[in-house]
Amino acid sequence: MKTRLLHLLLVLVSLLLVACGQQQTAAPAANGPANSTPDTGNAAAPASTSGDDQSIVVYTALEDDQLERYLDVFKADHPEINVELVRDSTGIITAKLLAEKDNPQADVIWGLAATSLLVADGEGLLEPYAPEGLDRINPKFRDPNDPPTWVGIDAWMSAFCVNTIELNNNNLPMPESWADLVKPEYKGFIVMPNPNSSGTGFLSVSSFLQLMGEEKGWEYMDALHENIAQYTHSGSKPCKMAGAGEFPIGISFGYRGIIQKEDGEPIETVFPSEGSGWDLEANALVKKDTIKPSAKTFLDWAIGDDSMAQYAQSFAIVTAETDQPVPEGFPKDPLAQLIDNDFQWAAENREAILAEWLERYDSKSEPEE
Amino acid sequence: MASTTTSSSAAPTVPDAVIKQRVRQSVTTEDWLIRGLIVLAGLWLLVIIFLPLYSIIYRSLTDKAGNLIWFANYATYFQNPALYGSLYNSIFIATVSTIISVLIGFLFSYAVTRTAMVGKPIFRRIVMLPLYMPSLIHAIALIYLFGNQGFVTKGFFGYFRENWGFDPSFDIGLYGPIGIIIGEVLFCFPQAIIILIVALSLTDARLYEASTALRASRIRTFFTVTVPSIKYGLISAAFVCFTLAFTDFGIPKVVGGDFNVLATDIYKQVIGQQNFQMGATVSILLLVPTVIAFAVDRIVQRRQMSLVNARAVPLHPQPNPLLDGVMLLFCMIITLIVLAMLGTAIFASLVNVWPYDFTLTLKHYDFGRVGGGGFNAYWNSVRMSAYTAVFGTVILFFSAYLIEKGKQLQWTRSIIYFISILPVALPGMVIGLAYIFFFNQPSWDMAGLTIPNPFNVLYGTMTILVIANIVHYYTVPFLTATTALKQMDPEFESVSASMSVPFYKTFWRVTLPVCLPAVLEIAMYYFVSAMVTVSAVIFLYAPSLKLASVAVVNMDDAGDTAAAAAMSVFIIVTSIGVRVLYELVTWGITRQTQAWKKR
Repeated sequence: MKTRLLHLLLVLVSLLLVACGQQQTAAPAANGPANSTPDTGNAAAPASTSGDDQSIVVYTALEDDQLERYLDVFKADHPEINVELVRDSTGIITAKLLAEKDNPQADVIWGLAATSLLVADGEGLLEPYAPEGLDRINPKFRDPNDPPTWVGIDAWMSAFCVNTIELNNNNLPMPESWADLVKPEYKGFIVMPNPNSSGTGFLSVSSFLQLMGEEKGWEYMDALHENIAQYTHSGSKPCKMAGAGEFPIGISFGYRGIIQKEDGEPIETVFPSEGSGWDLEANALVKKDTIKPSAKTFLDWAIGDDSMAQYAQSFAIVTAETDQPVPEGFPKDPLAQLIDNDFQWAAENREAILAEWLERYDSKSEPEE
Repeated sequence: MASTTTSSSAAPTVPDAVIKQRVRQSVTTEDWLIRGLIVLAGLWLLVIIFLPLYSIIYRSLTDKAGNLIWFANYATYFQNPALYGSLYNSIFIATVSTIISVLIGFLFSYAVTRTAMVGKPIFRRIVMLPLYMPSLIHAIALIYLFGNQGFVTKGFFGYFRENWGFDPSFDIGLYGPIGIIIGEVLFCFPQAIIILIVALSLTDARLYEASTALRASRIRTFFTVTVPSIKYGLISAAFVCFTLAFTDFGIPKVVGGDFNVLATDIYKQVIGQQNFQMGATVSILLLVPTVIAFAVDRIVQRRQMSLVNARAVPLHPQPNPLLDGVMLLFCMIITLIVLAMLGTAIFASLVNVWPYDFTLTLKHYDFGRVGGGGFNAYWNSVRMSAYTAVFGTVILFFSAYLIEKGKQLQWTRSIIYFISILPVALPGMVIGLAYIFFFNQPSWDMAGLTIPNPFNVLYGTMTILVIANIVHYYTVPFLTATTALKQMDPEFESVSASMSVPFYKTFWRVTLPVCLPAVLEIAMYYFVSAMVTVSAVIFLYAPSLKLASVAVVNMDDAGDTAAAAAMSVFIIVTSIGVRVLYELVTWGITRQTQAWKKR
């Protein structure tokens, strides 16, 4: 009987060992030749790579379909550095970053909304760093402090996606401005992101307030609320819904609609005549006990001429001069489309604005029959 | 006869004291072993469930700077005008979804276990398909069927109007409570079926023979024998459905429109505003129904009688043309709905541009074109799911056994039971964040001492993903195992003990074989759930361990709905493949171990 007991214990112990041992087996197995993404490398999980100087963990919210193109350029310039990429939507990446506050995993943040970086900076997560070539960056698109905590790479602006087929089916004119959207004929045809769930939603709300002044801004949103079919939880969702014809007009951001049109959806992206709210996608260095030199190399590269030229293929506005033409579908003079956006004001008043919005539009949220 | 139905007290009277004495003498080492194992199970749950959860509880009591402010967050939340709306909506959705899910689940389980209708094995396999589908696919299928441009809403795009002269178009008003309830029911009723099939399979035919001999009508038999015997299973199923519908945010997020529920409130706080303290506060509120359910369970459990006693005889349903026919029709309708969902998902992956260009194409299956990790992510998912199935099932069934059958440390077992049913009330997002808070902490400062966190090494590994999955999907298999174990007569143990057979031998020779169908079902449940899981692992996967289910979400995020559907089809096909493989492998084993069911 004693031997039986021993066996049982042995089995249990080995189970535990196997469970713990998986972490060692996990990494090599992930290195199969079939890797279609450039970010899987030889290093094990980030927890065990702290000693490896040539491997950096990069958190990004840049669109998945652009990343491979960018990283190919980086690989060519810096074959010795292994980039491990964690890509997700702005909200998830920001939440992950803040949750890991006490033991940061990322070395570099690449292309995350400047508003999110302001939050991270407020929590003391970022290390100021002046990347090489900073003088080429438009001062409007970087942290004014010296050295800056964050440096923008591109700007994205609000726009609405309009489904031309559904518009024709309902005999509606093409809306051209924010003012058009409150016309009664669009009642029940518009979707927009909920500012409490989505950064894009908050961007729209804060731009109405900055564009029209607080009082007029809220009046405008009262009128818009009458036409809204629903508030979505994701910023790209309204445009996707417009593309699938679920609701003909989706307030979202410019890049989204232009990509969908390329995929063959009957979408027209409208940049409203009053101007667009905007935010930056920006880079930052994460504050850690040991900051790797390769993290800085990456940040230098990420605002270099080669990368800027790449960004300019996707975005109308990049933060340094390039010789790339403005991509198809964007306004000819994209900078003129931007309203005066005061990030600091928006960040400081965010809670109050969201509370007001909740009170006005969210507490009576029974769906309209 | 009476003595066989009333379980444990029914042991032959004379040698009772003798047995007890002998037991006490011979099994002291064994008692210690059981105690040790119970404590081990408790410690394991402490680390993987309770401590991470504690980090969430603690956060709900602090402000953003980390200062302890006790219940101020709760006060703030209760002053929020939107709260009562969300709370009411959540209770409403969960109640309606539970009633429908348990009703469908019960009728279906009854049909495939207690009638003589044809096609039972096929029906019970098809009906599990919703669990194989990533939640995004549920949403896509619902929208493509019932959305403003859906097949049903648009009357199949004029096909019937043109060919048969009638227009079946019908708008159910998907966005809002109707959409959420349909989605939750599709998500919940297969889980109810898992528990209820186990409950209905384990029974004693002699009860029915007695009932017939006493000339009780079928309906009377149903209410006096069938329902009481599966009471525990029914309550567990209702508890699981209620909690899942109460805490799920995937479906309300996509088809809920502006219908707020508590789970979407968490999403707004955590993802929208990075307000972890408020998110934690709402998460704790989500636990309330589970705590109530635990109390209810403790009361009900005392009255549960075990049906499979040592002399049990398996039930073989007799043909009944009317009942069989009605049940067949019912099962066909349910499986048809399930297959329509699957068909829509497959169609979505093949069509060029929904809903404007229905040309079929295979281009969406070229994952090199889109981001998300492609086939590499797919293999990671398969590996993760396999680990989850193997380790999850072994650990879970054994700890369920210890709680149910280990007659030691009553209080510890109660606590372990409570911790075991908590995970179902935790949205995946909360588990993900709790795991970051707990496992990513390099050390704790307590009373001036720095205590290193021994579990920190797990962060960013495959192991933590597997553990997160085991926890996330702990409750349904746990209740399945408990249901199966509860219905076994304690006499098995007492007889073994009286004959000085050590408990592990009884476990290996009797308990495990009798419960094998439930055990295999648990392994399968773990596998398919790990294949589709998103909400917990999205916060935890390491850069080199991308997952297929996360890729699905990311592809959809990047606007590639069709590619997301294509990857989902891969996931579904894999799960079906594993299911078929497992059926083939276990066919022989099951026949052998379930031989006792034959007469």
